[in-house]
Amino acid sequence: MRIRNHRDFWSGIMFLVLGVLFVIFSQAYQLGTPARMGPGFFPTTLGALMALLGLAITWQSAAPGNREGRVEKVGWRELFLILFSVGVFAAALPYLGMVIAITLLIAISAVASHEFSWKETAISIVVLLVMSELVFVKGLELQFPVWPKFLTQ
Amino acid sequence: MELITNLGLGFATALTLTNLFYCFIGVLLGTLIGVLPGIGPLATIAMLLPITYKLTDPTTALIMLAGIYYGAQYGGSTTAILVNLPGEISSVVTTLDGYQMARNGRPGPALAIAALGSFFAGTVATLLIAAFAPPLAEVAFKFGPAEYFSLMVLGLIAAVVLAHGSILKALAMVVLGLLIGMVGTDVNSGVARFSFDIPELTDGIELAAVAMGIFGFGEIIANLEQRENREVFTKKVGRLLPSVAEFKASIAPIIRGTALGSFLGILPGGGAVLSSFTSYAIEKKISKTPERFGKGAIEGVAGPESANNAGAQTSFIPMLTLGIPTNAVMALMVAGMMIHNIQPGPQVMTSNPDLFWGLIASMWIGNLMLVILNLPLIGIWIRLLTVPYRILYPAILLFCCVGAYSINNNVFDVFVTIPFAILGYVFRKLDCEPAPLLLGLVLGELMEEYLRRAMTISRGDWSVFVTRPLSATLLAIAVVLLVIVFMPAIAKKREEAFAEEET
Repeated sequence: MRIRNHRDFWSGIMFLVLGVLFVIFSQAYQLGTPARMGPGFFPTTLGALMALLGLAITWQSAAPGNREGRVEKVGWRELFLILFSVGVFAAALPYLGMVIAITLLIAISAVASHEFSWKETAISIVVLLVMSELVFVKGLELQFPVWPKFLTQ
Repeated sequence: MELITNLGLGFATALTLTNLFYCFIGVLLGTLIGVLPGIGPLATIAMLLPITYKLTDPTTALIMLAGIYYGAQYGGSTTAILVNLPGEISSVVTTLDGYQMARNGRPGPALAIAALGSFFAGTVATLLIAAFAPPLAEVAFKFGPAEYFSLMVLGLIAAVVLAHGSILKALAMVVLGLLIGMVGTDVNSGVARFSFDIPELTDGIELAAVAMGIFGFGEIIANLEQRENREVFTKKVGRLLPSVAEFKASIAPIIRGTALGSFLGILPGGGAVLSSFTSYAIEKKISKTPERFGKGAIEGVAGPESANNAGAQTSFIPMLTLGIPTNAVMALMVAGMMIHNIQPGPQVMTSNPDLFWGLIASMWIGNLMLVILNLPLIGIWIRLLTVPYRILYPAILLFCCVGAYSINNNVFDVFVTIPFAILGYVFRKLDCEPAPLLLGLVLGELMEEYLRRAMTISRGDWSVFVTRPLSATLLAIAVVLLVIVFMPAIAKKREEAFAEEET
């Protein structure tokens, strides 16, 4: 058996694993009977269905008629920097306030670009901060601290 | 006539100053974000959805949301014509001839015909919704839980069959969506499922946060990997008005596109995507000079753009009357309604007539605003297109993060976007179309509820789904669809039909 479409192969495995996981975690909830379904009934069925679909997709990835497909390289750097910037923003916002959270978000995410420059990023930070103050704080009146908690208290 | 009284009520609702204002803001914001390259309508709507949560009147909120939708859709066409970057699949065909027209020095007429065609299509589709929604809702009132469950099965399967890509994968994505929809407190037993003792998870996962992660962030990461290579026609759009010959050549395609799009839009899954592709294929086939297509034929812009808009509009019909979203955008609309405690379905028309008819009337007003807004403002949109991506994407990230935060005024929803961004990225690498997941996610809880109710009524007898004639018919159609699509001959044809979009 030779895998023709690697993208199909790995997505099949992904669905299989996720399906099995959902089935396992659903066992913590009561299954019930068809007439009185418990909270575990629907997720267990769906998890099993997804695992079966995953198996079928994996099987098909080696089918003679399937077109060839390779998985492209993962851009770890971009992936990490973007998600890290979002995580830092979310962690910083309630304690350090909007100004610092936005500055960190923009600065970290901008580094992910191939054409990163500090000067440009500094300008965007200032522009976006002014805009955030006007739109989010003044305009939409969103509820979050603007400055760090320890400074304002 | 009842239709006239109903539309009268609709216009009376939609034409209040507040509603007009928010319709305008919606169209403006939708176009503004939608025109930015690399953000499709889905990401745009997900990003702007939380703003509509802030409005206290659900009618106003929905009118604004609908405005965002048309704006985003039209903004996508502008990007397709001027930058050759389709915001989503439905505008892929627009790039074929629209971009060529722009290269031939006629971007103005391409944009104008796209706007006028969309407006005509929007007008017709609005009338169709007004005419067909009430009788369809009538039918829906006869539905019991078994019928609803079967209808959802049919809706999900049809959406998968008519969408592009591998059917098995799309089915698996639907099931994954349904499962993610299970997260949170089970309404029947009060048990918190898959919440892993995280208090915020007992309320379930926010659809907007999921959509932002998968469509917004996933897209940004994928875009960043590819080095930028854009050619924007910004020098001069020049004359907007098409020549008489161009105008004449566009009339028939616009009418055909509208008819086609209106019909296909009602079907699940297809909506805008299928209509624009089919319209392009038809125009090319019946043209006396098919060799002009792909080299800047105005018919290739007029037809698909009208079809796309008509389809986008009529896909509201199943959502408003049956409560079944037929595509990912409608899933977000459903989420928008549920936030305001309105469960989409046939009862909306009778319980909230002003909301129902006001929304329909506002669709037409929104389309009119698009034309008025876009043609004179095209210069501004073009300037936006020249902003380099390296400056754009941090701003998009910021809007998404603040949008996610504002859903519940809690950073938890921002954190939720992260795992979904990873999932979205993986889906992209593995060729898994993510839209079906959103459909499943929004229907998950409802589907379980209807299944339970049907089974309780039948005392655990599974045959209830096939002994009730309406339910049996719906399921039979679903089975037939699946059988057809897996038949080797058809499967090959389907692959060919969708192959065009990948080239």
